[in-house]
Amino acid sequence: MKVRVHVSLKNGVLDPQGRAIHHALEGLGFAGVKDVRAGRLFELDVADDTSDEALDDMCRKLLANMVIENYRIEKVAA
Amino acid sequence: MPFTSAVITFPGSNCDRDMAVAVEEVCGGTVHRVWHGDASLPEGLDFIAVPGGFSYGDYLRSGAMAARSPIMQAVVEAAGRGVPVLGVCNGFQILTEAGLLPGALMRNAGIRFVCREVPLKVENSQSLFTQRYFKDQVITIPVAHHDGNYFADAETLDRLEGEGRVAFRYAEPVNGSQRDIAGVLNEAGNVLGMMPHPERMIEAAQGGSDGRKLFEGVLAGLNVSA
Repeated sequence: MKVRVHVSLKNGVLDPQGRAIHHALEGLGFAGVKDVRAGRLFELDVADDTSDEALDDMCRKLLANMVIENYRIEKVAA
Repeated sequence: MPFTSAVITFPGSNCDRDMAVAVEEVCGGTVHRVWHGDASLPEGLDFIAVPGGFSYGDYLRSGAMAARSPIMQAVVEAAGRGVPVLGVCNGFQILTEAGLLPGALMRNAGIRFVCREVPLKVENSQSLFTQRYFKDQVITIPVAHHDGNYFADAETLDRLEGEGRVAFRYAEPVNGSQRDIAGVLNEAGNVLGMMPHPERMIEAAQGGSDGRKLFEGVLAGLNVSA
């Protein structure tokens, strides 16, 4: 089973990298970019019988830092 | 009993030797060098230091991989028993990732790596680690980090301040840290994490000795001899 885990910063957490990317986009002449938030995408290939609880646990224990990040699990059709 | 300490080395640690030299110089006794893959710590430790560096190449997040290594389970367990634990720089990041300290250390607000001496204000002079300083004393300690921007939610920050758990504050803007926090203590006061490097300021040849008192405090707080 293929699973995508999207990790993003929580609202209210300042994102210095996103801000720098935003500035770089403006520097390249792209107008109208209002905000940029940088995140992470993990693509996991897990056993088909992996439970939702186990996936949740993986995110909470390692893939995301729950102090500053949220995660979203997306199951991808094979 | 002579002072017995351990300095943990992860793949990518680079301040472990400096830390071991500082602990040996100031506290004396026996400094055990412990490898990250070890499942247990030496017996009878008086002090554990988690040093700076770039453990596991900062993969995933700074300190994230090291925090899940076998030896950190033993460090968490020792901290729970009251053994003093100091995490410096990457060590601070590891202690937050391991859940021993609240908050997280994010990319510096200015994006750039910051490597210079900074003025630090001692906020709490009652802790094991800071008892040899005066409250509000300003000391000079170097920083060298990319991810030192301390973040915690407002409620956590208020609690830390209310409980005297902010040990050090930057006396000038350095990395965008919430409320200029440079070092925090755990609830029991036996775990300190800080971004500045006290082990790099223990004798005049290093440009100053303001970091020495931190290690003196640890030694003084324990019933052991150097």
